[in-house]
Amino acid sequence: MADLPDQAQVIVIGAGIVGNSVAYHLARLGWKDIVLLDKGPLPNPGGSTGHASNFIFPVDHSKEMTHVTLDSMLQYKEMGVFTESGGIEVARTEARLEEFRRRMASSRAWGVESYLITPDEVKKLVPFVNEEIILGGFYTPSVGVVDSLRAGTIMRERAQELGALSIFPNTEILGIDVKNGRVQAVRTTRGDVRTDYVLIACGVWSPRIAEMAGATIPLTPAVHQMISVGPIGLFEKTTSEIEYPIIRDVDTNMYERQNGNDMEVGSYAHRPILMDADDIPSIKEARLSPTELPFTQEDFEPQLELALELMPELLGDENAGIRHAINGLLSLTPDGMPLIGETVEVKNLWSVAAIWIKEGPGFGRATAEWMTHGHSEIDIHASDVARFYQYGRSKHHVHARTSEGYNKMYGIVHPREQWESNRNVRVSPFYVREKELGAVFFETAGWERPQWYESNQKLLEEYKDGIQERPHEWDARWWSPISSVEHLAMRERVAMVDLTAFAIFDVSGLGALAYIQKMAVNQMNVPVGRAVYTPLLAPNGGFKADLTIMRTGDESFRIVSGGGDGARDKKWFTDNLPKDGSVQFEDKTSAICTLGLWGPHARAVLQSVTEDDVSNDCFPYGTARDITINGLPVWALRISYVGEQGWELYTAMEHGLKLWDTLWEAGQTYGLVPVGIGVYGTTGRLEKGYRLMSAELESEYTPVEAGLARPKVKRDEFIGRDAYLEARKEEPAAILCTLTVDDHTSASGMKRYMQGREPILTPDGEPIVDRKGRRSYVTSAGSGPSLGKHLLLAYLPPEYAVEGAALAVEYMNECYPVTVARVGSKPLFDEDDERMKG
Amino acid sequence: MNILVCVKRVPATGARIVLTEDERDIETRNLGFTISPHEECAVEEAVRLVEKHGGASTILTLGTELAEEQLRDGLAVGMDNAILLQTDGDEWDAMAIAAAIVDAVKVQHDAGNNFDLLLFGNEAADSGDYQVGVRVAHALDLPCVTGIKGVEIEGGQALARREGPGGWELYEVSLPAVFTVKEGINLPRYPSLPGRLKAKKKPVERVTPQHNGGGLQKVRLKNPPEQQSEVRVLGEGAQAAARTAIQIVDILEELKLV
Repeated sequence: MADLPDQAQVIVIGAGIVGNSVAYHLARLGWKDIVLLDKGPLPNPGGSTGHASNFIFPVDHSKEMTHVTLDSMLQYKEMGVFTESGGIEVARTEARLEEFRRRMASSRAWGVESYLITPDEVKKLVPFVNEEIILGGFYTPSVGVVDSLRAGTIMRERAQELGALSIFPNTEILGIDVKNGRVQAVRTTRGDVRTDYVLIACGVWSPRIAEMAGATIPLTPAVHQMISVGPIGLFEKTTSEIEYPIIRDVDTNMYERQNGNDMEVGSYAHRPILMDADDIPSIKEARLSPTELPFTQEDFEPQLELALELMPELLGDENAGIRHAINGLLSLTPDGMPLIGETVEVKNLWSVAAIWIKEGPGFGRATAEWMTHGHSEIDIHASDVARFYQYGRSKHHVHARTSEGYNKMYGIVHPREQWESNRNVRVSPFYVREKELGAVFFETAGWERPQWYESNQKLLEEYKDGIQERPHEWDARWWSPISSVEHLAMRERVAMVDLTAFAIFDVSGLGALAYIQKMAVNQMNVPVGRAVYTPLLAPNGGFKADLTIMRTGDESFRIVSGGGDGARDKKWFTDNLPKDGSVQFEDKTSAICTLGLWGPHARAVLQSVTEDDVSNDCFPYGTARDITINGLPVWALRISYVGEQGWELYTAMEHGLKLWDTLWEAGQTYGLVPVGIGVYGTTGRLEKGYRLMSAELESEYTPVEAGLARPKVKRDEFIGRDAYLEARKEEPAAILCTLTVDDHTSASGMKRYMQGREPILTPDGEPIVDRKGRRSYVTSAGSGPSLGKHLLLAYLPPEYAVEGAALAVEYMNECYPVTVARVGSKPLFDEDDERMKG
Repeated sequence: MNILVCVKRVPATGARIVLTEDERDIETRNLGFTISPHEECAVEEAVRLVEKHGGASTILTLGTELAEEQLRDGLAVGMDNAILLQTDGDEWDAMAIAAAIVDAVKVQHDAGNNFDLLLFGNEAADSGDYQVGVRVAHALDLPCVTGIKGVEIEGGQALARREGPGGWELYEVSLPAVFTVKEGINLPRYPSLPGRLKAKKKPVERVTPQHNGGGLQKVRLKNPPEQQSEVRVLGEGAQAAARTAIQIVDILEELKLV
């Protein structure tokens, strides 16, 4: 075998499906001197790819996941390693049937063909299923299996044909050298290689390899049990690997898939069995392979009966033996999404991990595009490894959340469902008061934020006419009508909202203005004290972030972003800092707490506790300045995400409690109410048509489409400017609109309320696709209590984006009539912003 | 036919065996457990004999409560009964194990359960001391054939076959008798799903054996030097096939294999 080269452009560590895909796509995009290393032999080096069940069900509630999976399927098909078998998820419970109805919406929203079928129809497709114990099926004809090892070989060969790749199996990594925070070289058992980039595509071993460079990849190896039963008499007549649709017995957390003469039965039902990457046996120590651990019979036993119940004759055959049984290792992450992108700790060290067979080639392509162009065609921000804060990258957090999340794999997970483990990681100084008020806490990025306050129960009677009760348990889960009355009380009186979860970054220095101009779309050369709401774009003109920047001095700015986006935003900002040290960047998130004070009486309340003049003339909308409240230094920002007169009040964490108490006391004469994020993030926001990063705003849509393009474009250069100018020239392919639901009554007569991510359809029930191939779906949904309507945001092609146009929304496999109430960003409530700006 | 099969729980190791820090044991943190291939064949043979001649088969082991796993594996492929001579993890040498098995057999005998055939693996997979079967036979004053690769039963007689240099040795033995079985006598079956479920429900008889200390004591374990393997890539693709075929013959000649 040839010797390792001295120098590489990029080293890919790990030759499983992910490493092979990303190496190939880098080669395809013109990268040279790619070196692929694996400690194991080829084509199966012993990682999770080697024992994967290799089947693909494309439908997922996550758009990102579905689209990456669909792209992977296309790639597998093009390589000739895909066998279509069809796949059926079967329901044993009524709740699951309802989940299937919800899955129908996701399949239609993301463009996959699926059907709800009866037990008899399931039986017709899979004759060995006991149809008597199931209530129905969710059938996706395009489901199939792949030969992932063969795909890996093909991709390696293609990269070699391009003259871009050299491959070194049986080569173990001993260390990764880092200098000045940048990756330098990889040390291996065959010698050292200097390199510009390192990609960690090591699946379950990724945390250990990252640690060599002082970086973190927050995943844990976990066991998934699998047995193989055969020979199955029925399968002896079949001529290919798989002829019967794969069954996912989701209510028992199991699947059954034909594999030649065997029936493979897999389970996610058992207790979470987590491992440490350092404890995985070596190739020589392992009996089978390092990721095929000894089967623990007792964990699988309860599943045997359930499997037998579903396929009594086939699996009950005394002559069919359990020929193979493993505890296979796979990668789990705290939120179930992959870990892709440059690590937070080390420049040019990339993670491409926690990716399964079904997504491998798609994420390989997206990663290569991201490395090459700075963005990928499919928006993969939910998989960005930088999304975690430091606590979120800890082993403790990873273990807590993956243990809790393991059985959610096939579970029915409500879109608002909250995690129970590792809570109270970040609490604001107001937390004690909020608890006293019966706050129901939802978590964002570790922060505990009141979603609503049980103490506001008393408002239910007062505002009962403004509540849209949700009679269906699913619609009302993790929701309370209290949010609606909090909203109405805010609109009528004055409210206080805990906004401490904001990510706050201060930048300063001689280069600060030029730097901020480069980052932001909108003009940042504004008078000191001015606040500017602005998108940040990726080079392709899609959204990278959406936030507010205040000019706090001639050479200083304050950036405020949502907590959920803060970690990614921080990386984006720091990655783009000038190298000459002319800009200082400070993360103030943990130093500053924030209270929102909004409502018609907000000014009266604030004026009563400060000697500074906060009148509209002295403190107009869109400005910020220092004031003193009850002796506390407060930086006040006149802005609102709920469309009311008022301020965001920033002060040091240690002053927080006193600030709360001061405002609370002053507010009593004005009927002040504490208000949760249910109002801030949903009802107040939607009535004002405000866009939310990751919901409406993502890199697949442009500011023009989102209705956020300003009349003029600044002359200064900024990231994404060329693409932005292009987007302004052409007719937008879709425009973000606000829709109202005309009738909530379902076929059963119960009123139902959409939750978001449902497909928008023509009145005839046909999907709506724009000229760029994007389907229209609900990006956000929620009550608009002041409008008495349920509100939906959705991108619509111009021909449908017409105020008054009648369309439909699919929810739980039924269609409901909706009307396009607003095209573009003009709000439905208080359209001239008189309340906010007055 | 009433058959007893004695097995031993051993770690299922990979190519490299890792020892514990004190070097007195195999590090089993990431290992599964099994019985030796010889014993798997003994179990299979017992199940087949009972299928053919009727009667009952019993699987027995001496070990900690964890060894129940191996008993259940036996029950899953068709053994009828299971006995666990439960220890607290102390060291038992072949002599002490044999004595405990003899005690157990006598207790079964007194309870009216007489074994016609006692099957053992030819040797344990870990200690490899080739003793327990022979010692049990001697203590019970029963005929014993070791390393058998075939057995037939007729009336009160058994015909055992053993592979010898250049042919088969045949032994006619009157029952009851002790055989130690060698891998290759049969192809053991896999447990079926119903078999697994049945095994879960069958009772395991637990007995606390008398530890009449044997004479052997384990001092420490040592890994033999690792065998170096050499890999040479002779060529790639169809064109190289003819050339490499000749090379392979050369190498085989070099290694004196042809």
